[in-house]
Amino acid sequence: MLEGWPPPILDPAGPYAWPVTVLSWVLLAMAAAVLLVVFAALWLALFGGERARQRVGGTRIVWLGGIVFPLVVLTALLVYGLTLTASLSERIRGDEMRVRITGEMWWWRVAYLDGDGQPVIHDANELHIPVGEPVVLELESADVIHSFWVPRLSGKLDMIPGRRNLMRIQADEPGQFGGQCAEYCGGPHALMGFVVIAHEREAFERLMAARRAREAGPPPAGDPRGAELFASAGCAACHRIAGTDANGLAGPDLTHIGSRKTLGAGILPNNRGTLMGWIGNSQAIKPNNRMPPYTMLSAAELRAITAYLEEQR
Amino acid sequence: MPRLDLIVPLALAAAACQPPPASGTSASAASVERGKRAIERVGCAACHTIQGIDWPRGRTAPQLAGVDRRGLIAGRLPARPDVLAAFVRDAPSLVPETAMPAMPLSETEAMDVAAFLLAGGD
Ligand code: HEC
Ligand code: HEC
Ligand SMILES: [Cu+2]
Repeated sequence: MLEGWPPPILDPAGPYAWPVTVLSWVLLAMAAAVLLVVFAALWLALFGGERARQRVGGTRIVWLGGIVFPLVVLTALLVYGLTLTASLSERIRGDEMRVRITGEMWWWRVAYLDGDGQPVIHDANELHIPVGEPVVLELESADVIHSFWVPRLSGKLDMIPGRRNLMRIQADEPGQFGGQCAEYCGGPHALMGFVVIAHEREAFERLMAARRAREAGPPPAGDPRGAELFASAGCAACHRIAGTDANGLAGPDLTHIGSRKTLGAGILPNNRGTLMGWIGNSQAIKPNNRMPPYTMLSAAELRAITAYLEEQR
Repeated sequence: MPRLDLIVPLALAAAACQPPPASGTSASAASVERGKRAIERVGCAACHTIQGIDWPRGRTAPQLAGVDRRGLIAGRLPARPDVLAAFVRDAPSLVPETAMPAMPLSETEAMDVAAFLLAGGD
């Protein structure tokens, strides 16, 4: 998994993540302080002198320490916490860049939307965003409940069938940020990862322009034998490659698979070897995922399909 | 995780050869550990089930256990550390018709990977 274990929950990289981290630390510090006070009182009660024991034994201390103190502290914490995290629930302006992410068993469908909410670029398992700007995600589910979580950029938000939940993310530095489905969704749920890549504004614009042109234009030639096999082996029934006859929707869009950072929904690095290995037998890598194994393909056939997909960038 | 029963003999072996031969007939525990991390980073286990690597356990290619006891690599090359390192990095250049693709490893990483495989996994 890109981010490894444990997830980097204490290393925020954007304005929708750091309030959560600060609040966690404050809560931890408060809990530690209260624990100390309780232990001190316990020690006094057990080993203190006569007067000290009288003090911690009275009803006064119960009123003060048991009711007034928690009331004051918890109220203050609530107010502090709500103020700190107010930015997380601020109204969405509506002019932010929008991307629809749909949780599927066990990968993520990604569609970049235009101003009218229409998909213009299709992708999967990876999201490109500009640095320093909020991006609104429309989180949906195609089957069961999933939960979208990129620890360094945001809190978690469930993806619920029949609903559209909105969430903002923002990265304040360029880089790669790993994500993970955070709601048990059966089978290989633990192997349902995600990658967010934050680019400087200019590089981001270039990438989006290239991808828009690719959606409208002809596909790269690629290995002809591989293209043929992609159709005849049945891959095209489940996968889409823009501009070709491959228009299957049961699996991730492969229009840009050659430049994707990972395979198998954020779980493996993407290189020639892992791509061949995934196609040959993804079931050995991600047991029970919804792509069949292709152990009947010869090494030469695997090589040709891989060469074809590597060209799809 | 490094196992003491492997590291101690390895460390002794490493200390015993003065100076270490250039081709590296014995590998340090650090090299073995680096090799393991390189294997995880590039994902060799997408095709091979490899002794000492818990996940994934690929089945597209032969299982890599006991590479240290195997006489030949890919059935034809001598199982020397330097040959093994060259093979894991760019197999098609040594065995043109092989099904094993070139992998994105640097030369030093490839030496570490060979050290890991020859240490029998740890
Ligand atoms: C029955 C539908 C189906 C068929 C047929 C199929 N796939 Fe898939 N494929 C999937 C699904 C579903 C996934 C997502 C698996 C996951 O990560 O859980 C997938 C994932 C992939 C991925 C990884 C994509 C990513 O972003 O991680 C590649 C590459 C791929 N398939 C290539 C192929 C090729 C090549 C073939 C034909 C030899 C093929 N598929 C046939 C359904 C299919
Ligand atoms: C696309 C799948 C694939 C990937 C990824 C892959 N290999 Fe291989 N590997 C093979 C195949 C297939 C063979 C058998 C080749 C042959 O016999 O010609 C093989 C053979 C080998 C052998 C020789 C085994 C023997 O018994 O002779 C070694 C060692 C090896 N691979 C190591 C690695 C290492 C290390 C990596 C990662 C850097 C790796 N492989 C990545 C497919 C793969
Ligand atoms: Cu899920």
